Amino acid sequence: MNSLFASNSTLIDFKNIQSNQPQNTEEFKMDKIVFSNNRFKKILNTAVFHLFRGAALINGLALFIVVYFMASNGLKAITWTFLTQLPTDSMTKGGILPCIIGTLCLSLGAIAIAFPVGVASAIYLSEYAKPGKILRIIRLGINNLAGVPSVVFGLFGLAFFVVWMNLGVSILAGSLTLAAMSLPVIIGSTEEALRSVPETYREASLGLGATKWQTIYKVVLPSALPGILTGGILGISRAAGETAPIMFTAAVFYTPYLPSSPFDEIMALPYHIYVLATAGTDIEATRHLQYGTAIVLIALVFSINLAAIIYRSKLRRKMS
Amino acid sequence: MNEPKIKMASKNLDFYYDNFKALHDISLDIYQNQVTALIGPSGCGKSTFLRCFNRMNDLIPVSRVEGSVFLDKEDIYSPKIDVVLLRRRIGMVFQKPNPFPKSIFENVAYGMRVNGIKDKSVISSRVETSLKNSALWDEVKDRLYESALGLSGGQQQRLCIARALAVDPEVLLMDEPASALDPIATQKIEELIGKLKESFTIIIVTHNMQQAARVSDVTAFFYMGKLIEVNNTETLFTRPALQQTEDYITGRFG
Repeated sequence: MNSLFASNSTLIDFKNIQSNQPQNTEEFKMDKIVFSNNRFKKILNTAVFHLFRGAALINGLALFIVVYFMASNGLKAITWTFLTQLPTDSMTKGGILPCIIGTLCLSLGAIAIAFPVGVASAIYLSEYAKPGKILRIIRLGINNLAGVPSVVFGLFGLAFFVVWMNLGVSILAGSLTLAAMSLPVIIGSTEEALRSVPETYREASLGLGATKWQTIYKVVLPSALPGILTGGILGISRAAGETAPIMFTAAVFYTPYLPSSPFDEIMALPYHIYVLATAGTDIEATRHLQYGTAIVLIALVFSINLAAIIYRSKLRRKMS
Repeated sequence: MNEPKIKMASKNLDFYYDNFKALHDISLDIYQNQVTALIGPSGCGKSTFLRCFNRMNDLIPVSRVEGSVFLDKEDIYSPKIDVVLLRRRIGMVFQKPNPFPKSIFENVAYGMRVNGIKDKSVISSRVETSLKNSALWDEVKDRLYESALGLSGGQQQRLCIARALAVDPEVLLMDEPASALDPIATQKIEELIGKLKESFTIIIVTHNMQQAARVSDVTAFFYMGKLIEVNNTETLFTRPALQQTEDYITGRFG
């Protein structure tokens, strides 16, 4: 800093002083160092910018490559029959309607369970719980839950929901397992959304004679809703595409009927891909069906995301 | 000349933030239908003292109150008191305008709704009355259902005042209500306070001494958590009894 100022002042002096030769070379060197320092900073700045932009482009490119690869291999499988009929001829012909219905049932079931439980937990943790040992243990538990591998969730679901609670391999057991998996994400993002609601809103509400619950219900929750929905979207999207948790708890290779009760077993899109690609009766011949199923799965997840994003932006516009 | 009634009062009030004693033995009478201003340098405890009057300090987990605060001769810190009901009788306006992210109408109606008023015509007419009483009605009557966040700072603060008035309180606590506003908006708020004191008892915290002189009937000077001097505003500013008071109001420290 000092040297910079010094060099500036000597720069000005430099114009007036004409006869201080040794000092001039010193100043000249100083100017060169300062100048090249600036030059280096500018280059670094530009390089970093391009690095970040490159990273973002790679992201987009990766998505594009995946979608393109699947589309080119599986688009020919997408027909009206494919989407609306049951499979025939050992899965080599017909459609994947039961898989679509199965995945939808599991996703909706998981949302119906995880969302209220997750949001309620987050409200308790962020608005009611007193700081202390118990709170820290609960938080530790939630954070660790987020790191449990999905196949372990599957085993847990099998042992607890399917066997011990005697739900059998069913939509119910699968939804419960997927819900357990989505809980940490929903709790985390709901808590963050609640925390981002300004404290002044709560103060104003309490100052008007509202109770704590009224304040949460009428001011805090509506204000945090867009953030909560984002978390819900993320959690459920992840759950919709998971294979391991549903392998043991809800999904089967083949069922001749569409599900009629939550205790039915079902076919599901991710499991169907897995089965066709590894244990199907004619893996190569059904390759396009596998890709077609993958496209349907991605389309399903995208539409769930899109619907929630549209609803969220409507909410945001209403609030501002 | 009528002896002014005492609406609220603190008696030997001590306040602790954890182990720090923020208020020392404050005894102060607040007269009905008058504006009492609390002045003093930053950090002297005047906002803390104000917030004791509607028990907003209860929200701070490590706080402790010793002594009493009376509303119409009842100690508001007694365990029998319902804090929620208390806050309906004592309204508060905060330093930074904080309207809810709802429509203008819903902001003013909020207090009524949480108090159980469901009758739509009652709510509508009270919203209109409150907005008129806070000199905002003419500016917003055509856009009642638009978001309150679209209003200017001064309008938002008047909205917050309307919101507090809609609950029909007896006392209004104002914590530096004009400090975040421009001079014109400030002037409007000060005029409003002058009108409001006919129906309400007002306690206002301000770091602006000229504002205290303009707006209040009684002024109390705080320093380092102690009440130094309290008197009629005119007397305090022209013939202060203590040297410390005179030093503060003449700007020798602040």
